[in-house]
Amino acid sequence: MEHSPVSESLRTPPPPAPSGAQAGGPSKEDAYEPVIGLEIHVQLATATKMFCGCELSFGEPPNTRTCPVCLGLPGSLPVANARAVHFGLMIGMAVGSELAPRSIFHRKNYFYPDLPKGYQISQYDEPLCLGGSLGGIRIHRVHLEEDAAKLTHVGASGRIHGSDASIVDFNRGGTPLAEIVTEPDVRSAEQASEWLKLLRTTLRQLGVSDVNMEEGSLRCDANISLRPVGSSELGVKTELKNMNSFRFIERGIRAEIARQEKILQGGGQVTQETLHFDPGSGAITSLRSKEEAHDYRYFPEPDLLPVAIDQQMIDAARADMVELPAARAQRFERDLGLSAESAQLLAFRAELGDYFEAALAAVPQGESPPPAQTLANWVAGELVPRLSDTGGDGSEEGGSDPSSSRVEPSSLASLVEMLAAKRISVGAARQVLDTLVVSGGRPQEIVDAEGLAAMDGGDELAGIVAAALAANADAAQRVREGNAKAIGPIVGHVMRETKGRADGTEVARLVNEQLGT
Amino acid sequence: MSDVISLSAAAAAEAIAAGSLSANELFDAYRARAAADRAAGEDGLNCFTWVAVDAPHAFPATDAALAGVPLAVKDLFCTEGVPSQSGSRILEGYLPPYTASAVARLADAGTSLLAKTNQDEFAMGSSNENSAFGPVRNPWDRSKVPGGSSGGSAAAVAAGLAPWALGTDTGGSIRQPAALCGIVGLKPTYGAVSRYGMIAFASSLDQAGPLTRDVRDAALMLRHMVGRDQCDATSLQFPEAIQLPTAERLDGVRLGVPEEFTGAGIEAGVLEAFQAALTHAEQLGAQISEVRLPHAPHALSAYYVIAPAEASSNLARFDGVRYGLRAADATDLLDMYTRTRHDGFGAEVKRRIMLGTYALSSGYYDAYYGRAQRVRTKIAADFRTAFDQVDLIVTPTAPTVAFGLGEKTADPLSMYLNDVCTVPMSLAGIPAISIPCGLSQGLPVGLQIAGPAFSENRLFDAAHALEQSIGFDGAFARV
Repeated sequence: MEHSPVSESLRTPPPPAPSGAQAGGPSKEDAYEPVIGLEIHVQLATATKMFCGCELSFGEPPNTRTCPVCLGLPGSLPVANARAVHFGLMIGMAVGSELAPRSIFHRKNYFYPDLPKGYQISQYDEPLCLGGSLGGIRIHRVHLEEDAAKLTHVGASGRIHGSDASIVDFNRGGTPLAEIVTEPDVRSAEQASEWLKLLRTTLRQLGVSDVNMEEGSLRCDANISLRPVGSSELGVKTELKNMNSFRFIERGIRAEIARQEKILQGGGQVTQETLHFDPGSGAITSLRSKEEAHDYRYFPEPDLLPVAIDQQMIDAARADMVELPAARAQRFERDLGLSAESAQLLAFRAELGDYFEAALAAVPQGESPPPAQTLANWVAGELVPRLSDTGGDGSEEGGSDPSSSRVEPSSLASLVEMLAAKRISVGAARQVLDTLVVSGGRPQEIVDAEGLAAMDGGDELAGIVAAALAANADAAQRVREGNAKAIGPIVGHVMRETKGRADGTEVARLVNEQLGT
Repeated sequence: MSDVISLSAAAAAEAIAAGSLSANELFDAYRARAAADRAAGEDGLNCFTWVAVDAPHAFPATDAALAGVPLAVKDLFCTEGVPSQSGSRILEGYLPPYTASAVARLADAGTSLLAKTNQDEFAMGSSNENSAFGPVRNPWDRSKVPGGSSGGSAAAVAAGLAPWALGTDTGGSIRQPAALCGIVGLKPTYGAVSRYGMIAFASSLDQAGPLTRDVRDAALMLRHMVGRDQCDATSLQFPEAIQLPTAERLDGVRLGVPEEFTGAGIEAGVLEAFQAALTHAEQLGAQISEVRLPHAPHALSAYYVIAPAEASSNLARFDGVRYGLRAADATDLLDMYTRTRHDGFGAEVKRRIMLGTYALSSGYYDAYYGRAQRVRTKIAADFRTAFDQVDLIVTPTAPTVAFGLGEKTADPLSMYLNDVCTVPMSLAGIPAISIPCGLSQGLPVGLQIAGPAFSENRLFDAAHALEQSIGFDGAFARV
């Protein structure tokens, strides 16, 4: 869980990134650029634990998913989970890591009640995957390790110091973890949060983890330092531990950047330490200083053999690879002609991309497919906003999954196609979607039932336009005099009369025609 | 002494299979002797930390290979529901919920658990004086140590309190007490026997093996221990069946004598017995030559870095949180850890935890642990080179015969030197057997025979031929 043995100062400086601190900030001498590296722990969705045969636990009664191995009983020995290695390789492939032909497990020694053996089996200087990048952020390494047990402290303090008692649930202990360490390439709190969402989608697409922050299957630490803008050296870093939601990560990093900025601008020096961000109070407190840092006495785990990766394992991992968000965005842009923004929006939120593709594929027989860009706009811009009133702090999903709504993908496809063919107006389409979200159904039936079909440009509409001009004589006069904006009340009148079925462009054309303008 | 006690384990198994001996009778005879030793306290040998109260209700079907043969098991093997304490106060009364794989395999073969044997705490010691449950005495001379750390197992077999016993060897903990007690002890190839359920001392060195009255029994027990175990990632399938040895000759067998273990530091009486054994070997047709193990003199130093380093980590789990001793009235977590481990561990264990912690510390790792591992690699290479020239290597097992109780406890270094001949094989992971080859000052001397990995069958053959020729009589100790 700690920093990798490679010192940050030895790494090549990352490519320059735009600095948020510069714009409108203090003078150049005082402007600082945040340098952020992330360490992410992902619980792997294997059937059994990392080093024993116990099933993973999902809220079972305490200490019911345990055995001599994950309880650290005397005489027990670990055996590495091949599925976890498989998932680790998939993660490595997804970020373009170099897969180590031979990697080894190390023991990381320290005492804590959630660590039954007195050491965590992790990887140290020979990890499973080295290097790579994702979404413009370089990956330093990916390695495998085991999760700790869950501690609950009884008493007022809520922490181990000052508690009346502490109880340990070993169900979680030994759950396989992949630790993904980035290079210090992140430059802002917002970028950290955005990038983590991309990582989460990637891992979810791979099927290697539930990646649920609230449930702790995705956890993030951030190493943060500041340096003068333009400098390529790294400042003293602090480590912000275990933030468990995207919102807290963003707030925590922002708070730590502000804290360090204040220290540096006051002429002070940042102290290397491990910090805790309290999302309740917004306070940052020290967990331990550099001097108090553990000496983990890493050494190769003698109970396990080196992990030797052969071609068969690589082939098996490759066979399980799926299209990842970055590649999907490219495909949306290239093959479907989506704008870059839409392509990323749909690809980086896999549930939107899946819904979008399902809708494209679900065009009923005899109907032509809706234009892809319009469909994309309607998925992201119309449907999702109608679904995201489900509460929560929005930190996890930032909206709801349309596949669990009442709107069938084929329905949205039909609706967008009707709109594109001008068989309904935009306003009518929105009304239909409102109905679909509430009660489902087929768009054509709703259009028929509610009489929302677009009026063609025939006599009926011309008559209504004429009536509207008569009722809005002042406005009509001003339009004649060249005030184009004055057309609003006239069109509004027509729309009221037609209950939105009229096409706005056609109405405007008729108005101008009848006024001779 | 009852007649059944004079039977070797193999002979007893045959008698039970033939129906001429009842398993109950055999078990009761040994149980009575073991219980008497336990009851005698300081007046006995103190071989045991637990003795079965009753015979097992049902003995296994007599077609099991070892049907009804009682087995004494070193305390550090986990035995379900039976105290498994590794000779330590910190695990006093600990009842494991599972049984070690090696013990389970022997039980599957028909053995019944007779007793748990005393040992040095966490297998750290060469005299069995480091046990939290008191020292074991040598049945040849009660004022002498039995060797260690499997001292209880060795003394029990030598004294006829058990037909055979299971021990563990990390740097000599089977071979050295076997030598000092005048019995046979084998450390198998690393990985040949599962370590699952052995309370660990040094994971890369620990290996279970038999302590028996003769070579044939050692082969018989090993046959039912070896094999790949899904629960031990470092275990391996033994490449061939273990044969019961019958060899009477050593014709054409090339024996190498490393000059490093036949000079200074080896007691004169021990060397004399060793030379006599070589004469037997020559008479049996063996070719004897000198070999060199140039890095062997550094083996002890490397061992006393690697083993304590691994031990410092292996013993971290004894923290008072889940099992074993927990210091009462601790004020906070650190206080609980500190006092539990202060009260629970003996002096030698603490010494090695400190040694190992230091050796692994940031800034010292390369100078100690890293360098020790490089020495280990060189020692293994030395043996490979030697085995290009000779088939087997012979040395004295221990530099001295059994020494007096309390004689070396004040000087850990002189105690550590007792492992000088056995540690190199442990570091190389190769098998080695100790057989009695004579007496010096009225005490047994051990001959060690080592071979390449998985050469146990050849070791047994050579040991068997020498055993027959030497004709060592261990009955003296079985009173």
